[in-house]
Parts: sequence; structure tokens; C-alpha cells
Amino acid sequence: MNPAENIYYMLPLLTLLLPLVSAVAIMAFRLHDKEKAGRTSVSCSIVGFVSLFIFGLGTGFHPDKELSFAWVDAGPLFIEFGLKLDFLSLMMGLVVTGVGMLIQIFSQGYMAEDKSYARFFALLSLFKFSMLGIVFANNFVQMFIFWELVGVSSYLLIGFWFAKDSAADASKKAFLTNRIGDFGFLLGILICWASLGSVNFAVLENGIAVNPIALGGFTTAAGLLIFCGAMGKSAQFPLHVWLPDAMEGPTPVSALIHAATMVAAGVYMLCRVFFLFNDAALMAIGYIGGITALLAALMAVQQDDIKRILAYSTLSQLGYMVMGVGVAAPGAAMFHLTTHAFFKALLFLGAASVILGMHHEQDIWKMGGLKKKMPVTTKAFFYGGLLPLVGMPFFSGWFSKDAILAGALHHHSLFLYILGTGVAALTAFYMFRLYYVVFEGEAKSDAASHAHESPSVMTRPLEVLMVLGVFGAYLPIDYGFEHFFGNHVHESFFLQKPFDVIGHNMMAVGFGGLALFVGWLTAKMAYSDVSEDRLPRMLGPLSRVMKNRFYFDEAYQWLIAHTQDAAAKLMDFIDRWILAGFIIRGLHGTTEIVGRALRLLQTGSIQTYAFLLVLGLAATLFFVVGI
Amino acid sequence: MQDILFILFSVLTLVFAALIVANRNPVTSALFLVATIVSMSGLFVLLNAFFLAAVQILVYAGAVMVLFLFVIMLLDLGTEERKSIKAFSVGAGLISAGGVLGVFWSALQRSDMTAALGQPSVVGSTKDLGLLLFNKYVLPFEVLSVLLLVAMVGAILLSKKNLN
Amino acid sequence: MSFGLEHYLMVSMLLFSIGLVGVIVRRNLLVIYMCLELMLNAANLAFVSISRFTNSLDGQIMVFFIITVAAAEVAVGLALIVALFRRKQTANVQDLNSLKL
Repeated sequence: MNPAENIYYMLPLLTLLLPLVSAVAIMAFRLHDKEKAGRTSVSCSIVGFVSLFIFGLGTGFHPDKELSFAWVDAGPLFIEFGLKLDFLSLMMGLVVTGVGMLIQIFSQGYMAEDKSYARFFALLSLFKFSMLGIVFANNFVQMFIFWELVGVSSYLLIGFWFAKDSAADASKKAFLTNRIGDFGFLLGILICWASLGSVNFAVLENGIAVNPIALGGFTTAAGLLIFCGAMGKSAQFPLHVWLPDAMEGPTPVSALIHAATMVAAGVYMLCRVFFLFNDAALMAIGYIGGITALLAALMAVQQDDIKRILAYSTLSQLGYMVMGVGVAAPGAAMFHLTTHAFFKALLFLGAASVILGMHHEQDIWKMGGLKKKMPVTTKAFFYGGLLPLVGMPFFSGWFSKDAILAGALHHHSLFLYILGTGVAALTAFYMFRLYYVVFEGEAKSDAASHAHESPSVMTRPLEVLMVLGVFGAYLPIDYGFEHFFGNHVHESFFLQKPFDVIGHNMMAVGFGGLALFVGWLTAKMAYSDVSEDRLPRMLGPLSRVMKNRFYFDEAYQWLIAHTQDAAAKLMDFIDRWILAGFIIRGLHGTTEIVGRALRLLQTGSIQTYAFLLVLGLAATLFFVVGI
Repeated sequence: MQDILFILFSVLTLVFAALIVANRNPVTSALFLVATIVSMSGLFVLLNAFFLAAVQILVYAGAVMVLFLFVIMLLDLGTEERKSIKAFSVGAGLISAGGVLGVFWSALQRSDMTAALGQPSVVGSTKDLGLLLFNKYVLPFEVLSVLLLVAMVGAILLSKKNLN
Repeated sequence: MSFGLEHYLMVSMLLFSIGLVGVIVRRNLLVIYMCLELMLNAANLAFVSISRFTNSLDGQIMVFFIITVAAAEVAVGLALIVALFRRKQTANVQDLNSLKL
């Protein structure tokens, strides 16, 4: 290999390892020096992004290489540490490093007054390292290791303000729910390894291509178990309960982890091993995605905390992405993942800006009229975040959402298509609800009337993301994804693009637009210029159920309490009766009884001894001579 | 003739032996033991063990039993109470005796003794015994003398009143 | 009818059993000791009869030794009994139960 080429491929490796170096450096040396810590972390992330970008430029954004260092080579088990460099990982890597870089710059302003500033940046770097590990992994084991690392990083970041009980609990909840998903994931990995003999993605893909029924009767099971991992990480129903609680972490964390990157890891993984899923598994995946999207949208309609609304919105969009995978449109899912990263990060950062301006007040009913007080934030929030999210034509989110819905139609899943369109209407409704209550209308509290715009270190990233949110889809990202997954579509000139989309999927576009219009109109009627929520009165108990998140948390709590109780009672019984009673005291008692019985032989009377002696003699003779 | 003598002597032996066990007075038991020994010596004569018959009477009946009687007189033991003999121990004794006897009997049944009949070719005369004793069994003989010495010393030591 | 080896052995066995019963049943130390001597004598009889019927003198030598040893044993045993009597003032075997647990 060309030595120049060799160095070239070191660039992604640099991107992967720099955040680790930064995290270690901060933890080891710079924990007390705020500025240096921030600068170290941010500069490392900028260098990482730039090097990856250069690598992409150099390979025309379509690399196809796999670097690998053997790690464990023990007979049938071969685990390597490798970098899989193709369009999928490159795009995902760029999203992670790019959005991450912007968020880190933003955090310098947002976390400026926090006393654990340095720890925050160290943890962000650690998280980035773990996430890139997942992105660049070329085999299941490596991916799983980094999967767990991401779980740990998110635990540390959600529980950043660990002195607060609710934050500590939320981080535990996130980690445990993830763990449950990971267990299924591990079982799925084991099934794949057992059937195909390797954990390397390329080898597995070849294996399935050569022999489609290689996994035998376990194909659906393996697919569903691997999906369990995605369920945990991407917070699909029924493991969705951790995501809203994860809002206890600082808002930049929510932006990075729960909008752009970590939760997307599940979707990324599904696309990575898309070849493993058979039709039955895909159908299950599609339905679970659809149900998650619907449930989350319903829950979002009645939340009052700005971050929670955005959290449920994330859940709902993740449901969309998973649904996209389920209708065999992984390219569309990845496309939506990319655009979602842009606009959701922007929405969260905008919310962070709002929260900071409101002196850490998060209830939307205490905000209002912020359009005048925080114009830059509002503009970025609206044009770069809200409009793409609700699927306004020509904005980035419209292209990707439309692609998913078109995929559903193409796959003949009418139910999922209708579901998706309905959720689009709900999305428009709750997002406009948020917008009208927070940014329009009159200030509803003192803090709102004294709000001020955030410093430029925070607004600049917002502006960058806004540009991406509006125009991001015009980059040939979706073509790249479709090519990657084997669908050959023509790349059209970017101005031509929207018209192509309308032309190809007229029905999807039409109904999507209708859903958007309906949602906006109802939100405007219900929420523009009101001082309190009208929905509870109108919907009554349904509104309460939505606000209480369909009582999932309570149900899980009950389940856990009861099973734990039962298990504890069983253990108590075993411990008390069987172990202590039967075995230990039994042993003691038996020994005592035998001892007492033997003691009766020692009478002290010589004649007894003589008698026993003779009996023994007779017995011996009997056995020797025989009767 | 020999048969009658055998029956006579064996019956006498067994009867006297039973009387040892059944008698309550230890002195009477000792005397019956003497009688048993004498009848056994008769049996020895029938078996051509002349020297041993003499030795039996000389040593056993003459010395050992006299020693027994001395000790009984010394200890001045009275007769044993009848009720101190428990039925339980009688039962135990009968069981053990029965067991041993049963085993012996079955062993005897299954062995072949026809070859043992016949005229004796050796006679237990003193000369023959002496030759055998001092040729083949001289070592046990010497050891036996040491044993006797030890027994003597032991008996003397044990019967001292205070062992200082 | 001629009496062969089995009859002599039978007599010996019966003598042994009687001695055994005596050891187990009687209470008086000395009587027990006498029954022990009886058992020894039974063994002597067996030896002599077998020696007679196998035409060798080894059995009789054995009896010679047994008688000697029995004499020695009686001497020592009786000395022991005397010493025991001096200590416990009883020759009843039921009272001699220091070995009882």
C-alpha cells in the first residue's frame, strides 16, 4: 500500500482517538482550570471534525475501506479492533463530530457559571469518543463495547448534577433501561456468532448473502433481539421511559445525546446490520417504531416543560426512523437521522438559550412574548428547528420525513403510512403549541418580561445549525444513503430536487401538507394568545392521561416492586428454611443423633463389650467361612 | 472301649463345665473347674497326648487352680445373689453362644474329615515332644521363659499394697 | 461307632460356647475368669485332636505353649483382681464401670 495512502487512513483514527485524549487530559491535568479545559475539549473536537471532513473530501465522500487490528484470536473466537470506513460511517461520523463541535462551542457559554465546568467538557469528550467508536466499529463485539461505553457516558452526563436526587435517579433509570435492551442485544449477537462463526459485519453480510437462511429458525429471533438493543438505546416502546427523565441533565447534554447522537446510535446500528433482518422482524420493527411515534406525540401534546416537549418530540421522530427501517427504507431512515440531528440539536440549543434567558425557568406557561426579547434565538428556533420538524415543504425535515412516508407506501404498509401522517399532524400541533405559548403572545411572568438575548458564543452555533436545518437536505446525502443500500436513484440538481420529490410521491406530499396545515390551524386556534392551557377542559381525562405519559412509569414501578417482592420472599424462604434450617441445622442434628446413638454403646460394662466382641467375631467368621 | 471312654469323658467335661457356669458359689465353681480339667486330661489320654495329659493335671489343676482358690479365699467372696442375674444378659449370652456355635457347626458340616480317620502313627510321648520342642520350637521356648519372668515380676508388683 | 475328629471338635466347640455364656452372664469377676480358662481349655482340646488326626506333633507343642501362657496370665490376672478388689472393695463386674461415657 502506498505510504501516503496509509497516513491518509489515519485521519479517521485521529478523529476517533482525539476525544479520548482530550477527556483523559482534562481529567488528569486540567480539572481545576476552567478555561483550559474548555479550550482543550473544543479544540480537539474541531480538529476531529476537520480531519474527518478532509478525509471525506479526499475519498469523494465514498470511501470503502476497513482497517483492522486483531485483538483476541483464540480458535473460533476472533475479535478485532477495526474501523469500517464507508459512506454510512463517514456521514454518521461527520454528524457526530460536526453537531458535537457546535454544541461544545455553545456549552462554553451555557455552562460558564457552573462549577464543574471542566468535568462537563471531559465527559462530553468521553461521550464523543464512545459514540465514534460505535460509528466506526466493524464488528459486533467492538460495537457492543462502545455501546456500553456510550451508556456509561450518558449516565455520567445525565447525572451531571448528581447532588440533585432527581438527576441521580434519572441517570440510573437511563442506564438500567439501556441495560435491559443490551441484554437482548447480546443474545442476538451470540446467535449470529453461533450460526455464522464471526462477529465481523462484512463476514456476516457475506454469510447471509451466500446463504439467506444461515440463521435457520433463529432468524426472526436474532433480528428481534438485536432490535432490543436499538429499543434500549433509541428509547422505543416499551423501553422509552428513560428519555424524558434524561432531561435532568444540562440542556447541551440533551442536545448532544438525546437529539443528535446517542439515541440515533440505535437507528445507525439497525442500518448497519440491516442485512440480518428478515420480513417478520422488519414488520415488528416497523410497528414498534410507529407505535412509539404515536405514543410519544400524544404524550407531547400535554407537557408543560419545554425540554420535555422536545424530548417527546425526539422520541416520536425516533419512532419515525425506526419505522423507516421497518418498511425496508433504511436509506430514508438514515437521511431523517441526519436532518433530525441538525434541527433537533438546534431546537434543544434554542431551548437552552431560552432557559438561560429565563434564568433557568423551564415551564412554558411562565414564558411568552420572547420573540421580541430574544430575536436571534427565535429566528433560529423557528426557521431552523420548528419548520423542518413539522415537515414544511422545501425545508430539510420535509425531504426526509417524506422519504420515510413514501417508503411506507412503497412497502404497502398502509397502516403505517396513515399512522405516520397522523403523527405528522400531531407533531405540527404540539410544536406550534410550544411556539405560540413561548414566543408569541404576552409575557406570562416577570422572568419572561426581563428576558434577554444570549451571548454570541451561544447564538453563532444556533445560526450555523439554522442554515443546515433549512438547506441541509439539498446536499446529496440521501442519494448517498440510497446508493449505500443498493437502491440506484438518480442524483438531481439541487434546485430540481423538491420538484422531483413532489413528482415521485405526490400522494405522500399531498397528505403530508394537509396534515401540517391541520395541525398548525388547530394549534393556532387553541393556543395563540392564551394565558393557560385550554386542552384539559376540552379533552378532560384523555388530557390527564397524556400528561401523565400514559402511566408507563407507574406500571413499571408496580411490576418491579412486585417481582422484587416475590423474589425477596422466595429468597427468604430458601434462606430460612432450606439453607439454615434443613441443611445446617439438619447436619448439626444428624451428627448429634448419631453421636448420641453411638454413646449408648459405651456402657462401661465389660460383659457388654465381651458380648459385642463375640458378635463381631461371629459376623466375621460368617463372612469368611460362609453359611 | 475307646468309644465308651470318649462318651464318658466328654459328657463329664461338658456337665462339669455347665456346672461352673450355673453355680453361685465361686468356690464350688472353682472345684468344678478342677473336675473339668481332670476329665479333659482323660480326653487327652484318649488322643494319645500322654505328656500333655500329665502336664494338664500338674500345671492346670495343680498350680493354676490352687492359685485361683487362694485368691477366692483371700477375697472372701460370698455367694452371688440369684436375682442379680438378669434375663437380658442370659439372652445375650445365648445369642452370642448360638451365633458362634452356628458358624462353627456350619463350617464343620462343610468340611471333609474322612481322611482324618485312621490309626495314629505318632504318639505324644515325652521324648518326641522334647525333641520337637528343642529343635524346631526352641526360639518360642526361650521367649516363653522370658514371658514367665515378666509375669512373675508383674504379679509381684501388682500385688504390693503401696507402689512406692 | 468310631468317634472321629468332628466329634472331638464338636466337644471343643460346646465347651467354648459354655465358657462364652459364662463370661457374659456371670457377675463375679473370678467366675468370669474361670470361664475364660474354660475357653482356653476348649482351644487346647481342639489343637490336640487335630494334632492327633493329622499325625503331627505341632498341635501338642502349641498346647504346651498355651498352657504355659495361660499359667502366666492367670498369675498376673489374679494379681490385678486383687489390686482391683483392694481399691473398689467389690468383685462385682457391674460396679466396675469407670469406662462408661
